[in-house]
Amino acid sequence: MIPTPDLSHLTNTDFEKVYEPAEDTFLLLDALEEDAKSLKSINPGICLEVGSGSGCVTSFLGKVLGPSVLYLCTDINPHACRCTLLTGRQNQVDVNVVNGSLTTPFQNRLAHKIDVIVFNPPYVPTLEKEASDAQHSGNIGGAWAGGTDGMRITNVLLRQIDSLLSSAGRFYLVALKQNNIPEIIETMQDQYNLTGEVLLQRRAGREHLFIICFKRQSSISLQ
Amino acid sequence: MVRLLTHNLLACHAKDCNTNNFPLQFKDVQLEIREADFNPEFLKGFMPKIDWKALVDTARQLGDTSLPLEQPEMVDDEFLKNLHHILLEIHVEEGSMTCPNCGHVYPISNGIPNMLLAEHEIG
Repeated sequence: MIPTPDLSHLTNTDFEKVYEPAEDTFLLLDALEEDAKSLKSINPGICLEVGSGSGCVTSFLGKVLGPSVLYLCTDINPHACRCTLLTGRQNQVDVNVVNGSLTTPFQNRLAHKIDVIVFNPPYVPTLEKEASDAQHSGNIGGAWAGGTDGMRITNVLLRQIDSLLSSAGRFYLVALKQNNIPEIIETMQDQYNLTGEVLLQRRAGREHLFIICFKRQSSISLQ
Repeated sequence: MVRLLTHNLLACHAKDCNTNNFPLQFKDVQLEIREADFNPEFLKGFMPKIDWKALVDTARQLGDTSLPLEQPEMVDDEFLKNLHHILLEIHVEEGSMTCPNCGHVYPISNGIPNMLLAEHEIG
C-alpha cells in the first residue's frame, strides 16, 4: 500500500485558501493505486494534474510512478500552486507547477504528448455566477463551485483532453452522480472516441463519487 | 519553479497569438542554482520531447553554452550531466517571460510562472 502523502507542512491558514484533501481526493488516490499496474504498463513520460490544489494527488502519483516521469501541475489559485510545490518537496516528488487555467499553458507544446491527465474538478452544483466568480478570483470556491450541473469547468476541460493525450494515454476524472456520468462517457466517446470506464465509486455523506478513466479506443484494442 | 524544463513547454496562449509564440523570452531574471538528483533515465526519456533550439538558445541567454547546437544521437555522461544541469538545476525565481509574437508578459514570482490571461485575452 502506498501511504497518503505527508501534508503536515500545510496549516489551517493554507486550507482557508486551498482545498483540503477529502473523500473525493482519497477515492482518486485509491483508484490510481488500484490502476497502478496498468498505468505503469504504458510507461508514462509526462503526467499533468489540472487544479492540483494541495498537491496531494500528484505527490501520490509520484510515488506510484517514480522519479523518471515528468510531473506537471496547473492551478488558477496561486496559493494552491505554492502548496503543490511544497507538498512535492515534502514528499520528495519533483513537481513543476504553473499558475494557469486548466491545460492552456501546455496546449501548444504538449499536443498528444501527455500520458496521464488527472482532474478532480469543481463538481458541486451551484449557481452559475458562483462558479464563474470563483474561477475569476482564483479563490478556494473555485475548488468546488461547478455551476448548474456541476459541469461548468469540467466541460471546458473535456474539450481539451483529445488534443493533449498521447496514444496510450489515460485521463482520470472525479465526478459526482449529479454530473450525469453516463452522459459524460457518451459525449467523450461520440466526440473524441475516448472510451470511459468507471473505476471506483463511493458514497461519502451526501456525495456519490465516481472515478472515471478514459482511454483511446485504439489503445484499448491493442491490449 | 520555472526551470528550463518547464520553460521549454510553455507557449503564449493569448487570443489570436498562434505563430512565433515560443519560446517565451526571459527578462530581468533572478536565478538560483539548486542541485537535483541526476537521473539519466528521465533525461533520455524526455529528450525527444524537448524543443532543442529553444533550449539551447535560452540556456545561452542565461550564460550557459555547454549544449551543442544539434541534439546528439549518441549521448555520453558528460552531455547528460550538462543537460541535467540546464533542465533541472537552474531555477528562475523572479522575473518575467515575454511572448516574442504578441509581447504578452507572463510574470514569475517565487518561482511560479503566472500563465493566467484576462478574460478579453482568452482565445
